[in-house]
Amino acid sequence: MEVTAYRTNMEFFVDMQRCIGCRACEMACAECETNGQESMIHVNYVERAVTIQTTVQVCMHCDDPVCAQVCPADAITKDEFAVVHSANTARCIGCSNCVMACPFGVPIKEEKYDMMMKCNMCYDRTSAGKKPMCATVCPSQALFYGTREEISRMRPNSTPVNTFIFGKQEVTTKVNIMMPKGSTHLKIH
Amino acid sequence: MNFSLNKKAAVISIIVTLACVVVSFYGSRKLQNFDPALIAYLFGTLFALFGLVYRYCVWLQRPPTRMYFKRTWQLVFTRSFLVRAFTMLKDSIRNLLFQQFIYPRGRKRWMAHFMLAAGCLAAFAITIPLTLGWINFTLDPATALEPGMTKLYNANFFGFKVMSFELGSVPAFLIFHALTWCSWLVIAGAVIFLVRRLTNAGLIASQTFEGDLLPLILLIIISLTGLGLNFSYAFMKGIAYDFMSVTHAIAVILFLVWIPFGKFFHIIQRPAQIGAHIYKQEGKKKGMAVCPHTGKEFTTRLHVDDLKIVTKEVGFDFTLEDGTSHLDYSPEGKRSLLAKAHLKARQEGGTFFG
Repeated sequence: MEVTAYRTNMEFFVDMQRCIGCRACEMACAECETNGQESMIHVNYVERAVTIQTTVQVCMHCDDPVCAQVCPADAITKDEFAVVHSANTARCIGCSNCVMACPFGVPIKEEKYDMMMKCNMCYDRTSAGKKPMCATVCPSQALFYGTREEISRMRPNSTPVNTFIFGKQEVTTKVNIMMPKGSTHLKIH
Repeated sequence: MNFSLNKKAAVISIIVTLACVVVSFYGSRKLQNFDPALIAYLFGTLFALFGLVYRYCVWLQRPPTRMYFKRTWQLVFTRSFLVRAFTMLKDSIRNLLFQQFIYPRGRKRWMAHFMLAAGCLAAFAITIPLTLGWINFTLDPATALEPGMTKLYNANFFGFKVMSFELGSVPAFLIFHALTWCSWLVIAGAVIFLVRRLTNAGLIASQTFEGDLLPLILLIIISLTGLGLNFSYAFMKGIAYDFMSVTHAIAVILFLVWIPFGKFFHIIQRPAQIGAHIYKQEGKKKGMAVCPHTGKEFTTRLHVDDLKIVTKEVGFDFTLEDGTSHLDYSPEGKRSLLAKAHLKARQEGGTFFG
């Protein structure tokens, strides 16, 4: 972790409307060396009965990660690049506080390991200056990893947003969601 | 780095450390059974005790930890205490003693961890009471002066005889070399982990030297120099004994002083896993929470209610306008809500893509 080629000008941009539910990201995520062959990305049907819409969810890497704050074992840490890491295997007690408290529904309790696991933005790749696995394989660019200049050139009618409103709580994140041009936040409730 | 003294933790840790000094003073029969050669280890052990209790108290004051700690004992001390106690005992043997939860993560990993843990815990159980003067060995006076009689050796705990064995017997060999067996276990476990940490790409990316590699290196140095002490007097006529003993002492004291701050603190934290299991089992009996979006049960009602309190205590308020909470939704429900909100925003923006 000390010797790193993490590129701070690269950011993650998600656009759920572009997700076609192909699950290529799931397969690619399981290739990430830090996950031990477990896929950490979520692809869900939103309301299967009425729509074929799928949604894709990576860890949003919150500026003030609630998962880390509610962890009773101090197992979740945020590094100097604002990446929120998966649970420390030695410390995690598998209580699922983080799973239930994450406003984006990201962490996964792996029952067989009695441990939480989550997306760490493919730290083995991003710390070496590469793109996360999911973003490299997404065919519709619902998941994009690159610079602000690149995304503004590709999506001139969209604005990256990293502020989310959950009732009384505002959450800011490292990962951006592409919104209609001029948007400043996404209100969930 | 900001450091502010946690007064409550400081007071408790000072009391516990002083209590240990008093118990050791009288336990060693006013230092009669205390081995002065271990004085440096004694101070290292006392510092480790102070640091461990201090950090444990600070840790317990964190809102999520406090909640789990409180709930665990509330759930245990009920009318069905004996049933709960038996469940906890069973779970502790399975997950603390044999670390069964590691087995699904990898058989080799479990084997390595079990050897490392068994070696370390057995070594703690032997060396700490020896250092504090709680345990000592004496030659049985009745047999010592009698020529031709097999010499008996007594093991004493707090000055009271607990067992005796014949010198030169198999039990004597096993007991006198107990730390040797521990060292081999620790070396085997630590080497497997070290190889894994130096070859696994995921670990190489996320580990730190001081957090993950140094603890293993330190354990190997302690075990090797410990073995070296035995090797030196058994096979080398004491050559290099001083070097081994000084290196061993330095490594052990560094290890002791570092326990409260580094990776080894997980040994103290791990029993919390038993509490988390009890919390889940007992919570299920009280009722499950159903996600308003998916209509499915996803965790216990107790867990959701407690999380609403804990999140507020750590500075988050997920209360919604209608008085319900975002935390009432399951992880899948939350992801769907986000997608629906995004769809709505795109619809209102006039185009789905931009």
